[in-house]
Amino acid sequence: MIDPDGLVEAARQAFAAATDPAELERVKARFLGKAGVVTEALKSLANLPLDERKRAGAAINRAKAQIETLLEEAREALARRRLEAQLAAQALDVTLPGRNGSIGGLHPVTRTLERVEALFRSMGFSSVDGPEIETDWHNFTALNTPADHPARSMHDTFYLQGRDDVVLRTHTSPVQIRAMLEHTARHREAASMPDLRVIVPGRVYRVDSDATHSPMFHQLEGLWVGRDVAFAHLKGIIASFLRAFFETDALAVRFRPSFFPFTEPSAEIDVRFTSGALEGRWLEIAGCGMVHPQVLRNGGFDPEVVRGFAFGMGLDRLTMLRYGINDLRLFFESDLRFLAQFR
Amino acid sequence: MKFPERWLREFCDPPLSAEELGERLTMAGLELESLEPAAPPFIGVVTARILSAEPHPNADKLRVCHVDVGGEAPLQIVCGAPNARAGIVVPCALVGAQLPGGLAIKRAKLRGVESQGMLCSARELGLSEDHSGLLELDPALPVGTDVRQVLELDEAVFDVSLTPNRADCLSILGIAREVSALTEAPLHPPRIDPVAATLDAVRPIRLAAPEACPRYLGRVIRGVDAKRPTPEWMRRRLERSGVRAIHLLVDITNYVMLELGQPLHAFDEAKLQGGITVRWARSDETLALLNEQRITLAPDVLVIADEGGPLAMAGIMGGEGSGITLDTIDVFLESAFFAPAAVAGRARRYGFVSEASHRFERGVDPELPRRALERATALVLELAGGSAGPIDEAVAPEHLPRRDPIRLRPEKVPAVLGIPVAPQRVVSLLRRDFLDVREEEGAIIAQAPSWRFDLALEEDLIEEVARLHGYDEIPALTLLAPMAPLPVSEAERTNGEVRARLVLRDYHEVITYAFIDEALERELLANEDPILLANPIASNMNAMRSSLWPGLLQALQTNRKRQQARVRLFELGRCFLRDESADATVAGFAQPLRLAALAAGPAAAEQWGIPLRPVDFYDLKGDLEALLAPLTPRFEPALHPALHPGRSARVLLEGQPIGWIGELHPQWVQRLELTTAPQLFELDLPAARRRPMPCYAPVSRQPVVQRDLAFVVDANVPVQALLDALHGEAPVWVRQITLFDVYQGQGVEPGKRSLAFRFTLQHDEHTLTDDEIEDLLQRFRARLEASFSARLRQ
Repeated sequence: MIDPDGLVEAARQAFAAATDPAELERVKARFLGKAGVVTEALKSLANLPLDERKRAGAAINRAKAQIETLLEEAREALARRRLEAQLAAQALDVTLPGRNGSIGGLHPVTRTLERVEALFRSMGFSSVDGPEIETDWHNFTALNTPADHPARSMHDTFYLQGRDDVVLRTHTSPVQIRAMLEHTARHREAASMPDLRVIVPGRVYRVDSDATHSPMFHQLEGLWVGRDVAFAHLKGIIASFLRAFFETDALAVRFRPSFFPFTEPSAEIDVRFTSGALEGRWLEIAGCGMVHPQVLRNGGFDPEVVRGFAFGMGLDRLTMLRYGINDLRLFFESDLRFLAQFR
Repeated sequence: MKFPERWLREFCDPPLSAEELGERLTMAGLELESLEPAAPPFIGVVTARILSAEPHPNADKLRVCHVDVGGEAPLQIVCGAPNARAGIVVPCALVGAQLPGGLAIKRAKLRGVESQGMLCSARELGLSEDHSGLLELDPALPVGTDVRQVLELDEAVFDVSLTPNRADCLSILGIAREVSALTEAPLHPPRIDPVAATLDAVRPIRLAAPEACPRYLGRVIRGVDAKRPTPEWMRRRLERSGVRAIHLLVDITNYVMLELGQPLHAFDEAKLQGGITVRWARSDETLALLNEQRITLAPDVLVIADEGGPLAMAGIMGGEGSGITLDTIDVFLESAFFAPAAVAGRARRYGFVSEASHRFERGVDPELPRRALERATALVLELAGGSAGPIDEAVAPEHLPRRDPIRLRPEKVPAVLGIPVAPQRVVSLLRRDFLDVREEEGAIIAQAPSWRFDLALEEDLIEEVARLHGYDEIPALTLLAPMAPLPVSEAERTNGEVRARLVLRDYHEVITYAFIDEALERELLANEDPILLANPIASNMNAMRSSLWPGLLQALQTNRKRQQARVRLFELGRCFLRDESADATVAGFAQPLRLAALAAGPAAAEQWGIPLRPVDFYDLKGDLEALLAPLTPRFEPALHPALHPGRSARVLLEGQPIGWIGELHPQWVQRLELTTAPQLFELDLPAARRRPMPCYAPVSRQPVVQRDLAFVVDANVPVQALLDALHGEAPVWVRQITLFDVYQGQGVEPGKRSLAFRFTLQHDEHTLTDDEIEDLLQRFRARLEASFSARLRQ
């Protein structure tokens, strides 16, 4: 008499032992094939009495169904193992470096420029630009610095051969004049002249070269002309800009009287960090003042109606303070080992 | 402006320490540059009289001195100074003294002789660089007194940097006035009494250019002894003010200039011929100056002349021939007012500046000459002897600077400063500042003192009010302003976005000088008329760049020298070209903003997964295409002097030339000592910023068909020509034509190449039929065959 449970158990073990599909199919034939154990068992029931035959037949058929299920499971398990082996063989060393992963970087002064532009833009200042070969009139005369004015000796100026009416601009201030003239011309017909609020970042030139002076460097000019502008607002704008730029409130800002021919009153701006790496002494950071009435007139404004303030600071200086750079010349040497530090 | 503390305190002595005073000056716009003691610290040095100086038994150059330092017995000190001799009083560092630089004095034996201290030179005490011998002090000084006290070495020396508008502070009196205005401490100007004439001698003065010199005073002083030594106190003050003592008469004029601010000039009267004329120079005249420079005068240079010709550049520098010397006996002293405009810039034109020109071009008090002349006369008579003639003054009052009353509306002060300032406060601050102030209906009328050249406008007075009120007292306020969006054009990338594209393509931004070597302009860029600087900082930085490439190439060289194999750089900046068109912002010059890039060395950073190969034209072209995408530039072969003739192209965008791309010319690779050829491009920045506004088109739902065709054509037919022909034949449903293979070699006859194109086809409305597709491909074949004798490759 056949033991159906024993049969199922024997099949389970035989299927588990099969290591590839062909062997599994051979094992299957041993149990379920035409001459297989199950078929033989069913055949062997023919001699039994009906009652018994029915009972035994049902038991064998249950066993057969179980064996078929086991077979299916075994097939899936084999396929799964095969896939796993295949995938394992395809594994990569994910720690190898990727391709073309390097990127360049912005010049540190440009980083500063972009931050400065973004900060001033958020305060409603648009950014304007002007020529670097500039007329003597825009660079000096229109800014109250006629020929032979002693203040001209504050700027060691580059001149061009064969043209004594132009200079390499010594500051970004001539763009004040250009921006004012453009603004007043554009709004000449307006019932009330809108405020002029601009910044002018740019390259400027002076005959000077050492660790703290470069014959070419960067300035940032700012100008606000309007009816309600006052010196205290200049102080407010500069202080809030500097705190935003350096991302710290631990920053004291001091205004100190100074002289520029194109502003009156004029001030020098010093900052002192009250914590951090730069903590300590006052650092000169900018010049500023209320726009001189004659300069407003040269820009097409009526100084009885509007006032303005202007400021100028060194973008290079801001950059040096921000990143702890101690030699201005590094900015213009194009050394990749320096530049790559600013990505 | 450098000056010693005690001199200032003689005129104004506020209850503030030197440091506090320095801070007040800084915060008033007279920036304190330094505040240092007159001498570096040292201790244990006293006055000593040399009693005897005998030769050293064992050394030729040494002497054994016995010196009296006020103790019970003289000290024995060995000394090598050539001027060591009995009778003189010198500084003596006692045993235990500490000298500048940390030298400690001990008892010692020098060549076998005991030495109980050290006699000092000026250099050993840090007083000057003089090390020629012992510092000889006033022989009348008591011995054994601390030298620091005797020489006032503990006093502070101020160095204040003055802005050009504050010439009135170029004197002790001027600084004292300022200190008085700031602190309200009383001002004690020096008492100056007129010196009575004891001679009749005068020298006639004629003002031939009264607009330039409206006031000139002269005085004859005869019988002086110019060889007398300058007294120690005067010498000390001059030296601590940064002025070298020269000889008595010159020292007196310098002393008065420092004290009061009036530059004076002393002529040797014996060398003058006839009267004095102040006039403009004639263009053929020359003058030998005191600084040993011989100059040719110009008609806008003011001179002091006598009958023999120019004697001095007025207000700038005296002449060699008429200057005083140690032998001078009779002096003609000049004290004048020269208009700033008549002096400004002249000295600089001849390549120097002088104390006098520095003051006159900024403005010297026109009311000062007489007082200064009296002061100088008194000092000459006191210190050099002689007798003085009367002051002879020539004046043209109508040309003296005017100090018109300035009208200040009190409400303007808070409006400009942004803080309330009461009219009474304004009045009192201006009075402290020596202005003559009266109040009228609704206005304050103020008249500036004669020494202030910087006060003419209402705004000037407001600045004075702010300065004396204190900039620190002005708060930082926020100004309310209407909110309005700033324009943001979508059809234009920002410079930042352009830069970001290149950064992501592995380029580093550099900033190079706008002035380059003229030779590069001429030779690399074939610029026959470069824009040259009149005063370059170096001879290889004398031309304005017309291209960014020279700067990038120089940066490449720099990095090559520093073992950087792979260099990828870009720069965004202005270039400078001559431009005679009318629309130039500055007439004669175009100053376009350009963007340039350079790539050299391996195409990719050395890496396990990318074969190492040098960067080539197509790498850079790809970067350029990515920069401009979605706009597609065209490239036409063209010659550029800097580029390899077979590997250079003009870049066109929408039909307009916008720049160049190519490989550096092999000659330049060699000349710049580069190992491999860098690839370069340069574009007009506005072109690189252009960005078309997207415009939506419906996406087709029809199936996409791809077909490939390979053609064999002459190798010299540019691909662009084939692409143009194909695009010319293509209906709108040809979505894309891609060149996916270029082949030369086996199977393709020499001189030809095989170009394989993939056509991506998709109709908007229907599925393409085989007939439609076959018809299209047939047209492509026919067109290329007809135009280029192209043959389909099987």
